[in-house]
Amino acid sequence: MLIALFALVPLGYVAFMTGATGWSTAVALIFRPRVGELLLNTIMLVVFTVPICLVLGVGGAWLVERTKLRGHRWWAVALAAPLAIPAFVNSYAWVSAVPSLEGIWSGVLIATLSYFPLVYIPAAATLGRLDPAIEQSAASLGLGPWAVFFRVVLPQLRIAMTGGGLLVSLHLLAEYGAFAMIRFDTFTTAIMTQFQSTFNGTAGNMLASVLVFFCLILLLVEVRSRGTARYARVGSGAQARPTKLALHHYQIPSQLALLALTLLAFGLPILFVFRWIFAGGAGIWSADEFLPALLQTLGYGTVGAAATVVVGFPMAYLAVRHPSWFSKMLELSNYITSSLPGIVVGLAFVTVSIRLVPGIYQTSGVLIAAYVLLFLPRALVNIRSGLAQAPKELDEAAQSLGKAPLVSFLKVTLRLTAPAAAGGAALVFLAIVNELTATLLLSPNGTHTLATEFWSKSSEIDYSGAAPYALLMILLSAPMTYLLFQQSKKVAGQ
Amino acid sequence: MTEQSPSRLPAPRIAASVAPTTNPHLDIAEVTKNFGAQAVLKGVNLSVAKGGTTAIVGPSGSGKTTLLRLIAGFEHPATGSISLNGKTVAGNGVWVPAHKRQVGYVAQDGALFPHLTVGQNIAFGLDRSALDGGRRAVKSRVQELLDMVSLDSDMAKRRPHQLSGGQQQRVALARALAREPELMLLDEPFSALDAGLRVATRRAVAKVLSEAGVTTILVTHDQAEALSFADQVAIMRGGKLAQIGNPFVVYTRPADRATAEFLGDAVILDAWMEGSLATCSLGGIPVRRPPAQGLVQLMLRPEQIRIAPDGPIRGVVVDTDYFGPETTVRIKLAPRVPTPGAVEYPGGGEVITIRHWNASITRPGTELSLRVVGEGVAFPVEE
Repeated sequence: MLIALFALVPLGYVAFMTGATGWSTAVALIFRPRVGELLLNTIMLVVFTVPICLVLGVGGAWLVERTKLRGHRWWAVALAAPLAIPAFVNSYAWVSAVPSLEGIWSGVLIATLSYFPLVYIPAAATLGRLDPAIEQSAASLGLGPWAVFFRVVLPQLRIAMTGGGLLVSLHLLAEYGAFAMIRFDTFTTAIMTQFQSTFNGTAGNMLASVLVFFCLILLLVEVRSRGTARYARVGSGAQARPTKLALHHYQIPSQLALLALTLLAFGLPILFVFRWIFAGGAGIWSADEFLPALLQTLGYGTVGAAATVVVGFPMAYLAVRHPSWFSKMLELSNYITSSLPGIVVGLAFVTVSIRLVPGIYQTSGVLIAAYVLLFLPRALVNIRSGLAQAPKELDEAAQSLGKAPLVSFLKVTLRLTAPAAAGGAALVFLAIVNELTATLLLSPNGTHTLATEFWSKSSEIDYSGAAPYALLMILLSAPMTYLLFQQSKKVAGQ
Repeated sequence: MTEQSPSRLPAPRIAASVAPTTNPHLDIAEVTKNFGAQAVLKGVNLSVAKGGTTAIVGPSGSGKTTLLRLIAGFEHPATGSISLNGKTVAGNGVWVPAHKRQVGYVAQDGALFPHLTVGQNIAFGLDRSALDGGRRAVKSRVQELLDMVSLDSDMAKRRPHQLSGGQQQRVALARALAREPELMLLDEPFSALDAGLRVATRRAVAKVLSEAGVTTILVTHDQAEALSFADQVAIMRGGKLAQIGNPFVVYTRPADRATAEFLGDAVILDAWMEGSLATCSLGGIPVRRPPAQGLVQLMLRPEQIRIAPDGPIRGVVVDTDYFGPETTVRIKLAPRVPTPGAVEYPGGGEVITIRHWNASITRPGTELSLRVVGEGVAFPVEE
């Protein structure tokens, strides 16, 4: 119950601020030209970026999983690799390459290159899992290869596409650094500007309310478009391996297209990070600046990951072992909260801590609490899958062998869940490493993380000084990306 | 062997073959269990003699697994009590948790710990401090248990996923036997195995348990398994025990029509009961302890009706199903012809199914003569 209340802090904050502002003031602040402009920017960003990500993600997944693409194992990893580069580092690299970049199309370009793997990874996992017997049945009913793809394969990718599309949309709403760097205004950049200029101003809070409203609409759209159809494989027996289409004379164009995509999304950022590192020389590796940021990042990452797993374990345990309306509500409240942009969660904690417990404002505890709320689902998904590997029958077997419930929990349930929980902790750890917005809002004075130091340097156009931090974030993110990729394959049973 | 009358149910209409169990190992009295508003067990009484083998058989959802989980200590009964060796372990304000009951339990899929080797699984419940010789004693005990369930000693180093389904069940049995329980509970342990492996594993498990002298309760939905494994069979239906008795008795003299049909194919015909003779389309069939006089339903097992050239009953083959060693033959009996002076009986012209061990009769339309062997069982006509 406490966790549910805790998870509802950001939503409660939005409701409270809207109420406290008063209806007429709220209407005046929401229905003004500036909000219209931000709304248009945000909608255009979503409307252009999401379909392109869907095409690139599904197209890439199809080439890798369902065609005889040469080097498909290498491409499978290469297409997921751009996820290892934080969007604001991507933006930094592109601004370095093309300093004149700004506006909506630049935003679409950077967002697409940063986020298309969010569609690619689930689409590839689903395509690899689909029962080829369904496609063979469709072919036996007279459908050609294209008709089979559009009428049988694509509908089965619906969940992967709507889920991936939602993730891309939520990232677009939450992203601050990438768009601030190319001077493209979205709700998040505007809220941050308001916060930095007026500190907790009413206008910023109202923008946050609109942003939350936008998020809830996206969640609703995703739930509706996901549909109620069943996509699980029906039937027993071993599943055959999918048949792969020969590319013939499309082999080289396909290789070139994937190469271009990978170079733009992964090669270019890496290239410019190294370019700035070489340009900066040895001077940019100042241990006095560098080590505290690395140590604080590792510290926050470790404590945040541990706290998230500790909070997530009872929630996952309730959901798996004692499913009820309460456990569902608990999960739902957390999923909604974690889908909110970091800036809203950050603002909520700023407001709540200043108004209710001023003593905890800008303490590490509040920042860790915000991390827990933001990244709890990453741990939850893992712990849940881990608990599924430890069914209660094993606990019962241990008890029938004379072990007390606590001993059987420790020796069986916890032992079997530990690897998945550790995987979840790793994902949370690396998400914290790259978190910028909430960290900027909530971190105690004197806090330097890799992300905030990178941001500080790049904001001062010290691109060489920012490069080591970018490189470290990429190096720390690479295992996360690989882990995510492996997990998606595992979930798909490959 | 015992045959008991579960309370709250009409007493079985057949006599107990032997007296009820005295001084039972397990005694379940008036146990009920609800899940939410649904009553899963509705007053179950069951006694199991020490060293005996009892099979609880019933359709899915009848409550048999819940009853087993109550005995194991995984669930609390709503009312009633469960006693082991005369000591109450659940009910009457007493609750002994599962880990203190000394009851072995083998789950449907074995529930082997996937993170442990076979040897570690078997040793999991061993009290190392109670074994003289430390690690060597544990290893020796594991070896002994592997031998007991006919598994090679090199299996000890394998992981559960490297074993076949039958081997996994044997390891689960060895693990449960390691603590030398006095009562072993088997929850459909053979149901996930292929037919051939199921029979072999069942025989092996029965042999091991019999040699160890462990009181055993097997839960299954497979009638044949229950009849072949146990020396006492309890038929469960709708949260109640419908009949308890030795396998031969419950099969040949079921308490009611539903039990008769659940335990195997049954030929049910309307009949006229007069004294101890039921007259029907198959002629006059002797019935032991008829439940009523007048109109009744007569039950015979298909194997009681045999094709005999000199048989008094006429019929025509409707169709056949060939199963290799046996053929089931559907036969339309001759219509009833009123005969002055003879006993009037209901029915006539019914289609019945018999089992025939010779594949020669396969053509529909063939005329046959039949003979009934043994006694029938009569049930009152259902309203």
